[in-house]
Amino acid sequence: MPIETVPGPEKVRFDRVTKRFGDQTVLDGLDLAVAPGERVTLIGPSGSGKTTILRLLMTLERVTDGVVHVDGEPFSHMPSGPGGKLVPADERYLAPRRRRVGMVFQQFNLFPHLSVLANVTEAPRHVLGLDADEAAARARDLLGLVGLADKEDAHPTRLSGGQQQRVAIARALAMRPELLLLDEVTSALDPELVAEVLDVLRDVAAGTDITMLCVTHEMAFARDVSDRLLMFDRGRVLESGPPGKLLDAPEHERTREFLRSIR
Amino acid sequence: MWDMDAARAALPVVLSGFGVTLLATVLGFAVAVAAGLGIALLGRSRSRWIALPVGALASFVRSTPVMVQLFAAWVLVPGLDALALGVLVLGLHYATYLSEVYRAGIDAVPKGQWEACTALSLPRRRVWRAVVLPQAVRKVLPSLGNYAISMFKETPFLSVIAVDEMVHEANAFGSTHFAYLESFTLAAAVFLIASWPTSLLVRRLEARLAH
Repeated sequence: MPIETVPGPEKVRFDRVTKRFGDQTVLDGLDLAVAPGERVTLIGPSGSGKTTILRLLMTLERVTDGVVHVDGEPFSHMPSGPGGKLVPADERYLAPRRRRVGMVFQQFNLFPHLSVLANVTEAPRHVLGLDADEAAARARDLLGLVGLADKEDAHPTRLSGGQQQRVAIARALAMRPELLLLDEVTSALDPELVAEVLDVLRDVAAGTDITMLCVTHEMAFARDVSDRLLMFDRGRVLESGPPGKLLDAPEHERTREFLRSIR
Repeated sequence: MWDMDAARAALPVVLSGFGVTLLATVLGFAVAVAAGLGIALLGRSRSRWIALPVGALASFVRSTPVMVQLFAAWVLVPGLDALALGVLVLGLHYATYLSEVYRAGIDAVPKGQWEACTALSLPRRRVWRAVVLPQAVRKVLPSLGNYAISMFKETPFLSVIAVDEMVHEANAFGSTHFAYLESFTLAAAVFLIASWPTSLLVRRLEARLAH
């Protein structure tokens, strides 16, 4: 597999990244590049390493081998010593860089003991240093965007799954991330609640220039918002291309098989 | 046999001791709640030089009798007021139990909560204060209540270092008036009257938090 080439500086670059859990290899020398503002959707059978890519970018996992770069800088690693030798990044190096990255989880992971508003204002207040009024104003704007302006005092446990996920999207956006990771954000939802979440994400995609990396099985959504689809199989990119091409005229039999299996 | 006059005379003495018992419980439990949290957090320290000794010391305190600790403290820390010493020893003894309670509560906070904190770049201190501990403590509130009741019933141990708590006072009254039956029965009754409704309250709290 040749290195993907994209014009201009890269938002994300994976340089021969390997991730192993025990003796299981989840990513196998992966090379990957994402341009600023690009929307990339990762598809493929479960266990093919898609989610691991997002988790490495969110620093929830560490690479076994290789280097992850964000904005042209090492991200999984940091330069150290006079020679600038790369060593695993420590918390001090990561903290300011991680703020550019946001993530929405399959299981929402809202803070159940806090109100909707407090969920969304927590990080702007205590990470970005906004005062209570500024943070609340920003949160209300975003809750309006996700259609939950009337729910700011509710507790997450009182909301439907779709509403919870929309709060989680607002919470992630409140940090004004440059890179947004969406990890199977509709997989835990009842079928009738999927559309409301995807509609919100379509709005976000259309209204911002945030770089988005998305793992999903919703192919209609992937087709609408993605610039590029990557088909994963066993820790490697099997094929990639614009959604029209990859979904309608895949080159590999494995891709055709996978697409049939999720329809 | 039961002497009503002796009982009547014993009651105010016993009740005056109850004030000390209550004070020792409240102060001792405050020590236990704070120190227990400290032990739980230090025990999770990423530095082995902190986590291991703290864990070992806590196990040691937990597995030796509180009465022995009271005597030991009485000998080792002379000059400290008996009530203050008793409150510290009882509080620290219970702190070692409560640290385990906190630990269970912290372990019960789902991994997704920690991951959400990382995704929001929350600083570590804030993760504990705003996200993990509020949820952990809520989960273990009934256990904390049960330990408070249990500690309340163990305050009579403080009589061995001459704290004038309720059982100490009952014993003193019994020996001067030769009315042990009356004074101890009254002390037992006061314990029952105080802890029974409290345990019902804890059970209701438990039911409310369960759903």
